[in-house]
Amino acid sequence: MTSAVRMTGIVKRFPGVVANDGVDVDIRAGEVHALLGENGAGKSTLSNILTGLYRPDEGTVEIDGRAMQFSSPRDALDAGIGMVHQHFRLVSTFTVAENVVLGESDSPFMMDQSRVAQQVEELSNRYGLAVDPSARIWQLSVGEQQRVEIVKVLYRGAKVLILDEPTAVLTPIEADALFKTLRAMVAEGRTVIFISHKLDEVMKVSDRVTVLRGGKTVGTVETVNTNTRELASLMVGRSVEFNRVARSIPADVSQTVLSLRGVSARDDRGRDALHDISLTVGRGEIVGVAGVAGNGQRELAEAISGMRALSSGHIDVAGEQVQSGRARSAIAKGIAHIPEDRLHTGLASSHSVEDNLALKNYRSSSLSKFRVLRRKAIRAQATDLVQNYDVKTPDTVTPVRLLSGGNVQKVLLAREFSSLPKVLIAASPTRGLDVGAIETVRARLVEAAERGVGILLISEDLDEIMSLADRIVVMYEGRLVDEVAAESADRERLGLTMGGSTVSGGAR
Amino acid sequence: MKSPVRFERRLEQPKWLNWAIPVVSLITALVLGAIVLLATGKNPLDVYSRIFERGFAGKRALSGSIKTATPLAFTGLCAAIAFRMGLINIGGEGQFYMGAVGATWAGLVFGGDLPPGAVVIVMALSGMVCGGLYAAIVGVLRAKFNTNEIITSLMMNYLAAIFLNYLIYNSTSYWRDPESRNFPAGKPIPDRADWNFYEVGGIKIPLSFLIAILAAAAIWVLYKRTRFGFEVGVIADSPKAARYAGIRTTSTIVIVLALSGALAGLGGAADVGNFRGLLDSKGLQMSGYGYTGIVVAALARLNPISTVVVAVLIGGLTNAGFALQGPDFPSGLVGTLQGLILFTAVAGEVLVKYRIRRNRQAAAVLA
Ligand SMILES: Nc1ncnc2c1ncn2[C@@H]1O[C@H](COP(=O)(O)OP(=O)(O)O)[C@@H](O)[C@H]1O
Ligand SMILES: [Mg+2]
Repeated sequence: MTSAVRMTGIVKRFPGVVANDGVDVDIRAGEVHALLGENGAGKSTLSNILTGLYRPDEGTVEIDGRAMQFSSPRDALDAGIGMVHQHFRLVSTFTVAENVVLGESDSPFMMDQSRVAQQVEELSNRYGLAVDPSARIWQLSVGEQQRVEIVKVLYRGAKVLILDEPTAVLTPIEADALFKTLRAMVAEGRTVIFISHKLDEVMKVSDRVTVLRGGKTVGTVETVNTNTRELASLMVGRSVEFNRVARSIPADVSQTVLSLRGVSARDDRGRDALHDISLTVGRGEIVGVAGVAGNGQRELAEAISGMRALSSGHIDVAGEQVQSGRARSAIAKGIAHIPEDRLHTGLASSHSVEDNLALKNYRSSSLSKFRVLRRKAIRAQATDLVQNYDVKTPDTVTPVRLLSGGNVQKVLLAREFSSLPKVLIAASPTRGLDVGAIETVRARLVEAAERGVGILLISEDLDEIMSLADRIVVMYEGRLVDEVAAESADRERLGLTMGGSTVSGGAR
Repeated sequence: MKSPVRFERRLEQPKWLNWAIPVVSLITALVLGAIVLLATGKNPLDVYSRIFERGFAGKRALSGSIKTATPLAFTGLCAAIAFRMGLINIGGEGQFYMGAVGATWAGLVFGGDLPPGAVVIVMALSGMVCGGLYAAIVGVLRAKFNTNEIITSLMMNYLAAIFLNYLIYNSTSYWRDPESRNFPAGKPIPDRADWNFYEVGGIKIPLSFLIAILAAAAIWVLYKRTRFGFEVGVIADSPKAARYAGIRTTSTIVIVLALSGALAGLGGAADVGNFRGLLDSKGLQMSGYGYTGIVVAALARLNPISTVVVAVLIGGLTNAGFALQGPDFPSGLVGTLQGLILFTAVAGEVLVKYRIRRNRQAAAVLA
């Protein structure tokens, strides 16, 4: 069998880290080849080398048996290699067709809209990539935007497609559709490199899997000859278990730390997003909020953390009222918040690790005096937290956007937990993280609950909620439509109420 | 058709580019300028040494350059402080006028009575308040109604110009000299209200230039060391993260724009107190300090200290340009040389962010 791509002995160093440390991969023509590894394992770096974004420090790249040296993505594309990045590169005010031709070096000054539209349609029909060529990017959902990226790469004639964690932004249904598309592409003789850290997906879609750990190749296996358990242990270097997490100190629901009474709020477009929500969280209790994304979860988290004004109702923390729409008041009352959008809401991503660790307490007298920052104290705080929370970063002045996903989340956790909160709002705290990091985050949540923190865990991941929460509420169209104790929770019933069907015996 | 070269965004921006690019830009400008000069039959070395002489060599030349640089330093700081937060205040021009209006009023009212030092302070404060309030309007519109500050601040420049014309030409206002019926002019402030010059090693330095240096240092400290600077940085990076952290974004926007306007207004006060001694409607509008200040700030990469240095360089070039002009040296040629320097500087700025690569038909194959 011929190799479409063969990379041997790839080494790539960044200041303070070796991202790829002698990686070997061999990808056959016409297969879906998964690259599996935890965040920070070096998957993105490897694919950036293959697409000419980075130059390897050592090692060789062969395409169809010929050694190549790419010095830009264009060179790689000329050799038939195209990449769909983790972060899309689309111009939001342009149409789909315009984006598809954008950046073509031989694009004519005036483009022939109808011809491009026709080609886009043809590609989308062939691979089941439903996109409207005349739609503008800002009108599209994330899933649709990803399809545009794929069409764009296909339009340029890529034979080998690299998708970097494509499912991170997709709903499960969209992900299944993507898998069909990928199978259709290999059926036509194209080659797909599928990057992920999700075991189930890799099992579902790939023909072979190469596992990376700590920048090194651990091995390549045929998908039919392996299982999730084996892959998980290859990936993290030890065996892992997913179970309901037991707590040494149970919740004390006689003491309420967070209470919402009749809370309503509007979304960014001014439409009612939360309707009359009443909810309590006890000391050391974890309450899971289940629901399909977009049913008011984000607004709920923002309302409690003071980022969104209430249109009616009250929020109390340990009996004291939080001022509506005042984040400073929420912080002062002891509400910590791990937002869904870590890099742009929870963190100022171009700022350093130490600045981000001080983002909420720079006003305190230990970090500033007479409104002047005490830089030394800020650095000392960061050095401590980086060590205690095991954040992997070259130093405390590195911008957080250069850290891997798991380490970004650790920075956030370090800051929020070290503030000794009474209440923690955690929105999808493990989304996009690898197995190892997920374990860490869950352990930290449990630890916090044992210390008496009341936690509101908002997540789409039912397994996560069921394994951590004491009590589960279901959110649908801005309302709490069901409430059950976690032990007696029934997955089927939760699924139904999340989808909007009423259950007899449920709350309201 | 395929273009022979293309731009690619740099993934990493090496530190050494920060100084290498400006130096290379300047050399390129000199080389390009030399070609133009040769084509017009001038000796480039000769012209360059004259530019250097008139702009920077010797006490008189330097005194002149610093004088020209002073208003640019203020408008440059005005642009830099706002741009650093991502607020594109191009209203430095109008804010400068308003500062001049306020300072002239203070000079006329208090110039006769207060001790000279106090007059300077009152004029400076009055200029800062007028410029600051004028810019704060832009800030409030932006913070409360999310209007685009580029457009509002630009429109307010025209408003300020109309206001100046009204004060001097179309009314018998307090600012107009009642003795100037045929040819309207501003009323001169009393001599006691004039701001000082200091001699340092034979170079005449206006008081307002020293104030500009102090202001630059203060801004540097404000942005690098204080809580306020930290908040501005977070808002510039991500407004959502700022709201999340409990930073008051709306009031910070208004304060930054007011500070920005106050700096331009202080420049306007300096223009009246240190240089013109009256509200010179036409002179102000012809100078365009506000717009040149944006270029100064951009060339200084928004660093307040560099802004003052760049202002002196541009001031020197401007003066040299005036000095070169003559029967054998048309002003168009002067403009060409100055334009080339700005052009290569801006092109250099692009090269810090992008690299130029040659297009090839296919990837190189190393068999
Ligand atoms: N441009 C960069 N500068 C410095 N370090 C980087 C850069 N890109 C990646 N890294 C580091 O290299 C390691 C591998 O990262 P990456 O390839 O993104 O991993 P993955 O995609 O498997 O999550 C991480 O430790 C990351 O922090
Ligand atoms: Mg990655």
